[in-house]
Amino acid sequence: MTEVQPIGDKAQIDSADPDFGLEQHGDTWVLSGELTVRSLGAALPRLMALDGTTLALDLRGLTRFDTAGAWALLHLRDQRQSAGYDVTVHAQTADQKALIARVEQAIPDAPETRTERRSINDVLAAIGQGVVGVGRFLAEILAMLGVFLARLAYLARNPSQFRLTALIYHADQVGWRAVPIVSLMAFLIGVVLAFQGAVQLRQFGAEIFVVDLIAISILRELGILLTAIIVAGRTASSFTAAIGSMKMREEIDAMNTLAIDPATVLFVPRILALLITLPILGMVANVMGLFGGALMSWIELGISPAMFLTRLIEDTSLNHVIVGFVKAPVFAIIIGVVGCHAGMQVGGNAESLGQQTSSAVVRAIFAVILADALFSVFFAMMGI
Amino acid sequence: MEHDTVIRLRGIRNQFGAQVVHENLDLDVYRGEVLGVVGGSGTGKSVLLRCIAGLRPPQAGSIEIFGHDALNCTEAERRAIDQRMGVMFQDGALFSSLTVRENVEVPMRTVPGLTAAMRRELADLKISMAGLPYIAGDKFPSELSGGMRKRAGLARALALDPEIVFLDEPTAGLDPIGASAFDELINGLSQSMGLTVFLVTHDLDTLHATCGRIAVLAEKRVMYTGTMSDMLDVDHPWVHEYFHGPRARAALDTKERIA
Repeated sequence: MTEVQPIGDKAQIDSADPDFGLEQHGDTWVLSGELTVRSLGAALPRLMALDGTTLALDLRGLTRFDTAGAWALLHLRDQRQSAGYDVTVHAQTADQKALIARVEQAIPDAPETRTERRSINDVLAAIGQGVVGVGRFLAEILAMLGVFLARLAYLARNPSQFRLTALIYHADQVGWRAVPIVSLMAFLIGVVLAFQGAVQLRQFGAEIFVVDLIAISILRELGILLTAIIVAGRTASSFTAAIGSMKMREEIDAMNTLAIDPATVLFVPRILALLITLPILGMVANVMGLFGGALMSWIELGISPAMFLTRLIEDTSLNHVIVGFVKAPVFAIIIGVVGCHAGMQVGGNAESLGQQTSSAVVRAIFAVILADALFSVFFAMMGI
Repeated sequence: MEHDTVIRLRGIRNQFGAQVVHENLDLDVYRGEVLGVVGGSGTGKSVLLRCIAGLRPPQAGSIEIFGHDALNCTEAERRAIDQRMGVMFQDGALFSSLTVRENVEVPMRTVPGLTAAMRRELADLKISMAGLPYIAGDKFPSELSGGMRKRAGLARALALDPEIVFLDEPTAGLDPIGASAFDELINGLSQSMGLTVFLVTHDLDTLHATCGRIAVLAEKRVMYTGTMSDMLDVDHPWVHEYFHGPRARAALDTKERIA
């Protein structure tokens, strides 16, 4: 026997719905008015509160009666019967009888729900699954990178299958359209560096070194890193959303059946467009950063643009520029692969699209920063 | 036999840009009937359904539902009308981030006084009435087959025991067994719950099995209404082809064999 579960709050019994009436005539309770889904909230607690070992309910006064009402009567009957009491329902019209019969037939046998408590094993299992998940994720990312490189090599041998239009479209989307935001960001970073550097260096009378400060930090680290972070936010999300919604609407499956390789058509143009445009964006960022720094140095420290330029050319090793640009293709591949991979992970519902889009951005930014840190260590050890 | 008209359309015009889909369209839907709406592709069957369901106001004409003017009414009145109608969209149009049970509970949340436990039990009942197994309630729409999604869509449309349900191609894409089970479901529900059903379909078997009356959309209006046997006598070439074509004969044979 299943445990009797009370349904409805006691508090609602007092606030009787005016549409539903319940009157006692001898042994019989006569229901009147409306017993529908709308009056159920008020009616059910009143029905459940009826006393007596035998209950007879008469539906003759009901003006409206629906499946929710029929369910309420059957619910009352089942609960009383399981407690050993007797409930009879006298339906007046054929419609009422038919409705009750139909609902009775349809009431599902709810399997008993078990509430499981979390044990230490579950916690350990969750941790283990998390670790395995990370490992699997890295393997999948590597697989995606492999697919990209393989298709790229294939296209290099079969250039006729290469989709140039798609490449140009994506280069426009991820590169050209990112120029304003990247320029503004780099310009402001240059301004901030010059301003902060000036305050510190003036104490030692070493204002001129602000040029080295700006040049090294922008060319070596900030220009390309911040560009990559902005592009990760803009582009990884758009890759995921575009590929993910195609996955959701089975367009990717359609491609597979039409013998079109999704990797060739979707991944290669996108990642390649990033690979081409990210170094260019980095260069734009470098120029704008130096411009911002030079402008601020002139205003704040009186270092003329000519002097800034001379100092920049004489004192800044070309190594810094090379170190900066070596990182750009790596960042581009990270962003592209993470974005495309997340797109392919989208399931059948709209929620997973949103989840994957935001996690693509987080992962791409994290991976870019991690790669940058590894580069720093590497270059420091190499003494470059 | 007297008719209680629940939906009255008069002089409806729908157009998209220069393309007129409906012009001067009149249609009555009577209480408790199953009305089948047929028409060739592009005759605006779904547009008509969306128009009555309030998703797309027509450019001209009047719509009366339950005796209320559905076009010139306040938002609260419109919502009251909407609560008495249920719509089942072609692919279910279920909320993909909710389970089937939560989907069915969504309309119930607008009803004051219903507790979470009542909603849950009623949702399970509706899921079962729509012919889905109990465990389907815990699944997400993406985990269901097309036929099950349609049934879940029907369960949601029936959540508040509407007086009218609109079904947009309920049997399209179902296997014949599933489709006739759906026909029986519609019949059973319309009889026991007194439902009025507005059914857009291409399925001749469904028309035979369920529809008391058929409305044919052609030449931008409702050209003919009548029972199945009325339709068989119509001279209009398209209607004749529709109801006398090879598929129609097959459907008729099936029906006679069953009868």
